Amino acid sequence: MNLNFTAEEQDFQQEVGQFLQEKLPKDIAEKTKNSLHLSKDECNEWQKILHKQGWSAINWPVEHGGTGWTPTQKYIFANECAKAGGPDVIPFGLKMVAPVIYTFGNDEQKQRFLPDILASNVWWCQGYSEPGAGSDLASVRTTAVKEGNKYVVNGTKTWTTLGQHADWIFCLVRTGEPSAKNQEAISFLLINMHDPKITVSPIITIDGKHEVNEVHFDDVSVPAENLIGEEGKGWTYAKVLLTHERTGIARVAISKDRLIQLKALAQTSPDGENKLLDDAIFSQKVAQVEIDLLALEYTELRTLSAISTGQAPGPESSILKIVGTQVIQAIDELYVEAAGYYSMPFVPDQFHDDFDGQCIGPDMATNSSLRYFNNRKASIYGGSNEIQTNIISKAVLGL
Amino acid sequence: MDFSLSSEQQMLQDSVSRFILNDYNFETRRKILKSTAGFSQENWNLFAELGWLMVPFTEEDGGLGGSMVDLMLIMEEFGKGMVVEPFLATAVMAGGLIALAGNQEQKNDYLPRIMEGQLQMAFAYAEPQSRYNLNNVKCSAIKTNGEIVITGQKSVVLNGNHADTLIVAARTSGNTNDNNGISLFLVDANHSSVKREGYANVDGHQAADIWFDETPTLGLLGEQGKAFPVINNIIDKATLAICAEAVGAMQIAHERTLEYAKTRKQFGRTIGSFQALQHRLVNMFIEHQQAKSILLMAALKMDSNNGNDAKALSAAKSRIGKAANLVGREAIQLHGAIGMTDELDVGHLFKRLTTIQFLFGSTDAHTKRFASL
Repeated sequence: MNLNFTAEEQDFQQEVGQFLQEKLPKDIAEKTKNSLHLSKDECNEWQKILHKQGWSAINWPVEHGGTGWTPTQKYIFANECAKAGGPDVIPFGLKMVAPVIYTFGNDEQKQRFLPDILASNVWWCQGYSEPGAGSDLASVRTTAVKEGNKYVVNGTKTWTTLGQHADWIFCLVRTGEPSAKNQEAISFLLINMHDPKITVSPIITIDGKHEVNEVHFDDVSVPAENLIGEEGKGWTYAKVLLTHERTGIARVAISKDRLIQLKALAQTSPDGENKLLDDAIFSQKVAQVEIDLLALEYTELRTLSAISTGQAPGPESSILKIVGTQVIQAIDELYVEAAGYYSMPFVPDQFHDDFDGQCIGPDMATNSSLRYFNNRKASIYGGSNEIQTNIISKAVLGL
Repeated sequence: MDFSLSSEQQMLQDSVSRFILNDYNFETRRKILKSTAGFSQENWNLFAELGWLMVPFTEEDGGLGGSMVDLMLIMEEFGKGMVVEPFLATAVMAGGLIALAGNQEQKNDYLPRIMEGQLQMAFAYAEPQSRYNLNNVKCSAIKTNGEIVITGQKSVVLNGNHADTLIVAARTSGNTNDNNGISLFLVDANHSSVKREGYANVDGHQAADIWFDETPTLGLLGEQGKAFPVINNIIDKATLAICAEAVGAMQIAHERTLEYAKTRKQFGRTIGSFQALQHRLVNMFIEHQQAKSILLMAALKMDSNNGNDAKALSAAKSRIGKAANLVGREAIQLHGAIGMTDELDVGHLFKRLTTIQFLFGSTDAHTKRFASL
């Protein structure tokens, strides 16, 4: 066992740091650090810079254009990005559908879809949840009925993040008997979002943002060649994807950077004649989150280390989701507390792509509440924390 | 000991409760929030007509009694509907200051207009650096050419953008943090030297940041340099009011979540049939009950002590803040994604329960104050 980076790893850290310093656009970094809205163009701009460097797909195998990095390198990269304000890549293409395509798709599908995902030429979104299928994802009702060499899709998907921008959607659909309530009737289908028989309706969330949508399919024809793997195996593929999603979900690097910034903020934030960090209760709360985060970081490192020795991320990766989101939400709440009265004003224009106005109060204050509100989703999406608890209870503890 | 309401109190509670049920449903509130003013003048007139704007004032001042229990009854019902009309800013805070510190002439001038719904007011006290320290006042009031003028900035002034007249806490002597040397002034909000930047808060309430640049006053309110205890007293009353509002909001948040748990089906059964969720719904219920109890304690103690019991008030704000935090977060979590939508009232209850935790002193600030008293 060794905690220190090797000489090669130190070189790599320097290389990443230098790359970010030279290539990460300053305005994007500034917005990311202050939790401000990034436009689609800005997200694309950054992902294309990463792609040019060959670093857009850190989890993919090398043969498909991935980096082939060790877990330690991924850890270093995530930390350096968080420090510099490099935004997370939009996960739906690069981190979610791509692993399913290169693991379960045929050669034609790999050639057709992976290069555009790698280069951020197309945007993907996720078609899993439905109005009646949330935590109970296996009860999806959207149907795909085979007619010759195509499927006819009908149904409604919901909570579709960034669906308004997406070119493609990957869906869990029911291909078996309509009465079948089992997981064996679920298939994994790729659908072109530009089909005129698809309508996207926005859902506005409590922070005033348009981030999620309802997506309606009304007799949408989908070529049969867009089916991944076999009919009825969609649930198995989706579970692999969800496990991938969970390992990235601890968001340790970002939480570390947010805590550092929070402490800096509290050190300068006035509390009458004192500074906020002089307040014993506040500084103790910050310390408690910091300690939780340290434990989480080493839980994540243990998981990564197990993966590097060839073990798949197991059900215990649910710990990362549960604790990771608890830490995120605790930090968000401390930001609200630090902002005090200035956590209250609401500036809706800040979500518009061309917003260059002033928020009310000091930097990072106005956004504190909105981020706190928005991140209530963290313990709900990707399998709610209650579902994660059930997974640990059943699959790890055998209860 | 008797916790039952008098017949007048019962009537007051019934009339506010009926208004919320019949005239202030979630859709009506949405329309009000989207309107230019951000509150309904029609409702404001109705509040005056029904005598609600008279409730915070003593009979001597032309009001209906002014007890904390009465205020609690109104605000708890307001909390259930998340009422955004500026009752707190105009009647409780500004009106309360005039009733407490004003001379007879000022009372005669302002109080009837407040109670009749003719005048909008706001109390400008917080500053960018002050956080919850009410003694921390930088905003200055100095004599220039024989006239007192005010210079400085005030933060997140509730109803600040709609107020006709402001009450401004300003320093007439001493250092920024001195308890002595703070004075209250009446100020014409529309004076050319007053710059106001109005906005809606995340909970839908209207507010403004306000800058004064050698602004003349409409007069001193109360004794010069001795406003600190008056400010404390009024902020405590306003704090009791939002504590009651939180208790009402918590009740609805819990009811909505309970209804949802009893009807929403996943895995072939209602989610309320899962024991893990049952216990959490029970915890929300216990938090609401504890909050309601400590609210009553504070209101009764303040009433039996001439409207003033800082220790009891801080105990209530601290405990209710803790309850509001848990109930608000759990209401969203147990609803799942649907609880995050703007279309459902539960998310709005959560937002109001969040801002109440920080308004007039955070949960921690009041725990600390309780310990120090």
